[in-house]
Amino acid sequence: MTQATTLSSRKWSPPPLIKNPWVRWGLVVGGIIYLIFAISTLNFDPARVARGIERSGRLLLAFLQPDFTTRGNLIFTGMMESVTMAAISTVAGFIVAVPVGFGASRNLVPMPIYLFCRGLIALSRTFQEVIIAILFVVMFGFGPFAGVLTLTFGSLGFFSKLLAEDIEEIDPMQVEAIRSTGASWLQMVSYAVLPQVLPRMIGLTLYRFDINIREAAILGIVGAGGIGSTLNTSLRRYDYDTASAIILVIIALVMVVELTSGWIRKRVQ
Amino acid sequence: MPVLESNGIKTWQWRNQKQILLEYAFWLVLLLVMLACARFIAERTTWSFVLDAPRQGGEMLSRGVPPRWDYMSQLWRPLWDTLTIATLGTALSFVISVPVAFLAARNTTPNLLVRYIALFIIVGTRSVNSLIWALILVIILGPGVLAGTLAIALRSVGFMGKLIYEGIEEINEEPVEAIRSTGASGAQVLSYAIWPQVITNILGVTVYRWDINLRESTVVGLVGAGGIGLQLDASINTLRWNQVSLILIVIFISVFISEWISAKARQALT
Repeated sequence: MTQATTLSSRKWSPPPLIKNPWVRWGLVVGGIIYLIFAISTLNFDPARVARGIERSGRLLLAFLQPDFTTRGNLIFTGMMESVTMAAISTVAGFIVAVPVGFGASRNLVPMPIYLFCRGLIALSRTFQEVIIAILFVVMFGFGPFAGVLTLTFGSLGFFSKLLAEDIEEIDPMQVEAIRSTGASWLQMVSYAVLPQVLPRMIGLTLYRFDINIREAAILGIVGAGGIGSTLNTSLRRYDYDTASAIILVIIALVMVVELTSGWIRKRVQ
Repeated sequence: MPVLESNGIKTWQWRNQKQILLEYAFWLVLLLVMLACARFIAERTTWSFVLDAPRQGGEMLSRGVPPRWDYMSQLWRPLWDTLTIATLGTALSFVISVPVAFLAARNTTPNLLVRYIALFIIVGTRSVNSLIWALILVIILGPGVLAGTLAIALRSVGFMGKLIYEGIEEINEEPVEAIRSTGASGAQVLSYAIWPQVITNILGVTVYRWDINLRESTVVGLVGAGGIGLQLDASINTLRWNQVSLILIVIFISVFISEWISAKARQALT
């Protein structure tokens, strides 16, 4: 019985995630201080929000009765433009990503080429598509051409990073086997490296098409073509009925593309 | 593997002829679609602007270098705002997406109807880009950091919810049964059998999303929702390219640091 009492007096509790209590409580206290400080800089303006509630009522009402017809033509061509931009830049991005991906693989190329390609990938992955789009719009003018370039650049970083990671992890035996037959660098790449890495890339192409559709829907906000420009204009003109129709169309399109690409990817793999 | 037989000689092939033809047909269709797309884009392009691009680009570059370093003194506040948008947005998204994920996971959801509602929230918020959320929220709340924070939070709910509920569905069921067999209540099963198994995954997803959100929060300012994007927009509109280049450098460095922190934190978690 004495044993039972000592056992019950020591209540079991699950082990904490962070072992060191100083670090654990330090993180908690630091987090709370940061949160208080950050929330205090939010500039919460109750008067402005109160005015916003009236607008959000109108916005909500518009979402319940979207107007697809008044600017149906604009919505249709805008959507066409977005889809076209996404499709062409996914393919173009893939094509340019293959050489860059090879260039960014430590086991295939000399150092200067490696660093250049890695830099290109870092640039593409750091900046949001929208920022790139603004710069391209300044250079290439308004319209879908700047959008295509933006999405191609974005896809380039995505594809070549994954491709390079795959290439760096390939089975070196096959490379050696092909090399021992006296094959050139190009033959080595096409018979020993590509067959090992390309199958996964096909699935990723569909995934990237998904992402590009989403991005293509908003690039128009900064003038790079697609449905985004129509959305932006309609919001600026307080034409909420059309805006809600556009947003609903975008959501529907994104869902359809995601479902079909997911279905195809499952069947291919 | 199929065998092709011609003149009595057998040749091994990777694919049979039907598959090869199908594959060629696929590439042909893809090529035609791409050509049609290219034509569509070309029709909508002002080519004189495109031809002018190298000159424009060169001018941008020559005006952007060297960056205007003393402008940095005006960038600390927007940079802080960007960090706030990303961090508070992620925190808020955490608060929303964890319960939603538990309701969406097949093994923890109370019933099927709730599960579908939760899945709808996850898919719906994922389909709307944070810039669109920002556009709407700026209309409702007015321009500023608050609109940006909410936009980032709403956009992240779907992403985090999806990854978290997939993690919950993959847990080991044996501890759950063990705890349940002691006569534990639902809340006790959750806190002793399920939560310890998923908490590292949830924190990992949160840190990962925070890193993405820092990137996203650099652009919500372009539509008025606060952060360094506001400064970027203003500098571009006034063609101050030496300020633009400084802002781009600042963004590059902060994204780089956030990626490093997120990678370190996730390493520590696993």
